[in-house]
Amino acid sequence: MAVVTPAAPAATEEDKELLISGSEAVAEALTLADLDVVTAYPIRPYDTVMQAIAKKISGGQLVAEYIVAEGEHSQFEIVKHASTVGARVFCGSSGVGWMYAMECLVVTPPLRVPMVALVGNRALDDPGAFGVEHNDALVVRDVGWMLCWIDTSQEALDTTLIAYRVAEDRRVFLPLAISADGAFLTHSQALTMVPPKSKVDRFLPRYDRGDLLLHPDNPITVAPQANEDWVIEIRRQNYEAMARAVTVIDEAYADFRRVFGRGPENPWFEEYMADDADVILVGMGTISLPIKVAIRELRAKGKKVGLVRLRWFRPFPTERLVAALSRAKAVGVIDRDYSFGSPFGSGVVANEIRAALYNAERRPPLLSFICGLGGREVTLEDVYKATDLCYAAATSGKSDPKTHWLGVRE
Amino acid sequence: MAETTTFGNATQILEPFRGVKRVTIEEYFTSGHRTCQGCESALVMKLMVKASGPRTIVLGSTGCMYVANTTYYTTPWVVPWMHTQLGSSGSAALGTAAGLKALMRKGKMKSEPINVIAFCGDGGGADMGLGAISATLTHKEYNSLILLYDNESYANTDIQLSGMTPYGANTTFSPPGKVKRLIHTRWKKNMAGLMAAGHPECRYVATVCASYAVEMMNKVRRALTIGGPTFIHSLDPCPKGWDYDPMLSHELGELAIETGIFPLYEVEDGQVKYYGKTKAIVEGRARKPVREYLLKQGRFAHFVEEDLDYFQAKVDEMWEKWEIPAVVPFRRLDATRAALSAK
Ligand SMILES: Cc1ncc(C[n+]2csc(CCOP(=O)(O)OP(=O)(O)O)c2C)c(N)n1
Ligand code: SF4
Ligand SMILES: [Mg+2]
Repeated sequence: MAVVTPAAPAATEEDKELLISGSEAVAEALTLADLDVVTAYPIRPYDTVMQAIAKKISGGQLVAEYIVAEGEHSQFEIVKHASTVGARVFCGSSGVGWMYAMECLVVTPPLRVPMVALVGNRALDDPGAFGVEHNDALVVRDVGWMLCWIDTSQEALDTTLIAYRVAEDRRVFLPLAISADGAFLTHSQALTMVPPKSKVDRFLPRYDRGDLLLHPDNPITVAPQANEDWVIEIRRQNYEAMARAVTVIDEAYADFRRVFGRGPENPWFEEYMADDADVILVGMGTISLPIKVAIRELRAKGKKVGLVRLRWFRPFPTERLVAALSRAKAVGVIDRDYSFGSPFGSGVVANEIRAALYNAERRPPLLSFICGLGGREVTLEDVYKATDLCYAAATSGKSDPKTHWLGVRE
Repeated sequence: MAETTTFGNATQILEPFRGVKRVTIEEYFTSGHRTCQGCESALVMKLMVKASGPRTIVLGSTGCMYVANTTYYTTPWVVPWMHTQLGSSGSAALGTAAGLKALMRKGKMKSEPINVIAFCGDGGGADMGLGAISATLTHKEYNSLILLYDNESYANTDIQLSGMTPYGANTTFSPPGKVKRLIHTRWKKNMAGLMAAGHPECRYVATVCASYAVEMMNKVRRALTIGGPTFIHSLDPCPKGWDYDPMLSHELGELAIETGIFPLYEVEDGQVKYYGKTKAIVEGRARKPVREYLLKQGRFAHFVEEDLDYFQAKVDEMWEKWEIPAVVPFRRLDATRAALSAK
């Protein structure tokens, strides 16, 4: 049931260029997607998107039910229910707000609710902190949410459109969270190409809930109580939907490039000077900036270092990532998250990649780093240190099982 | 998509049933459930959708009316039905109503008034979901009814006390013992009064009891017709939780009213109107002693005279001391009023 895209855009359809933040870029995309219901609740830094949407509503660019909820639990429940009667919905949160909604986050995948949410990544309490950490979004990684990380305002806008296309594809029907690093992306402005609605309409079909629509004309009973008699089959359906999402994501990016004339060939991760690299560093989100700057410095000194910036974490691009990483002499994963008591005490991304590489023919030594927690700046020194350790492992050919915390006061 | 400025809050006009013989024959909650024998809440479900008719969406929070009603591969619901989380009846009502409104006003769905009813138990509604219900009752642009079926315990999880369990009752979280006869000594929340007093733009709040089935259905019809967010509190005898012979459900409902423990009233646009036997009490008929109600139930079997006296005194207070008897517990302002008018 692939979505057919009509012929190439007419020449008159011009993108307009705006200087906007990541959050504002998401709001532009939501307007273009003709969002139906949105719920807001204040928490920094994601709430900038709700402020931007509120302006779109009061300015008349967007016609939608805009509801300020009394807490994140309700915020997510309201859009969940709106989605079941056929509305295109948007929601979001940060840090402990996302946690407050947790019950409602876990029910959306089995209900097959294709909501799209923005997580403005933020450290969890305590202590109260505004800065970025990825643990908030990562907490739903096992329960059927698709998860991706973005890096620029342009990517914020484009990924939001792609997100609806993927989530609302009947082969998928799963919720999708777009993660944007708090402050670094939610609040920083960049020039962004905003496409005309006509192009978006060619890319993004209407949300059609089909036989799952809750309506008097389709009097179904949704989510009756099940136990050992059926639950495992329901889980299996989610598993299969997540597996199908891989194809749907590939298709959506290909179509996006055709309609909008931009976007990456490889949806799953960005490779920066990784082709010929001896050492590949891996990270998610805006951490790419200091790493890219460091790589240019290191290359000038003859060190072949590259970056793989992971966009999609769920579904996880196992084979493609293995193919890209197993070429290297050493891999260093820099997590902006933690997983206390995990294997090797590593962050979440490092251990996912270790697992992905386990069956690979060629397994380069893998080093795990934790850096930039609570929004601390990731410095060039941090990256140089990681690179040095990776080079040492490349020379010895041995993985270093220790998890290295970078830029921490000892 | 252009907004049709004319899109209002149209509702279905559901005239009251004038007598039991005029009640429609169609059922929208039928066989396929497995509630206890004598379960009054199951009757409430049946009457609720009989009253609302087929163009209705029902959302139900976790509890007996979820678990015992809808078992995978069976359903008693003829109308569309969906589960919502334990504390989410308010959000379920609001989200469903908002989704329908958005799609209709943007021309993405055929425009018609569809009833949205979210039900919750006393645990899900008056404890966990209080905040969400309260929020929904302030969203006057969305039509929905929240119906709280009050069996006075967390029944589905094996009868634990909630903020709506009566004083002193024996539940699995408040078992009477040799040292402590009463573990649960909190007085029950005044839920309908709280909703009516706390939400000035909610146009309709009512209390009902299925022992008076036609009146109960007519309150549901009024709530859905008047529009905006509305709230109904139903007191539902529960043979398992209250520990009595299932054949007494109807009678216990009546006794709750006749003793004055549970008043029947509606608050429409701020006007309190007592009805049924509660109206008779207001007009002077004597209340039956609370012991006639309490001692028919095993959950009060450990009560001694002192407990019965305390319970009676608290109920007397509701009727004699409350500013609006049995509805609003503020004390009368007669002295203040007198002082003000003396100036
Ligand atoms: C968040 C959450 N906490 C606890 C439960 C366990 N639970 C399931 S049903 C139920 C009882 C609900 O009581 P009430 O709302 O009064 O409905 P009743 O079972 O009495 O009909 C509880 C506590 C749950 N489902 N969800
Ligand atoms: S425990 Fe009470 S409310 Fe639950 S099904 Fe039985 S009688 Fe009904
Ligand atoms: Mg209950």
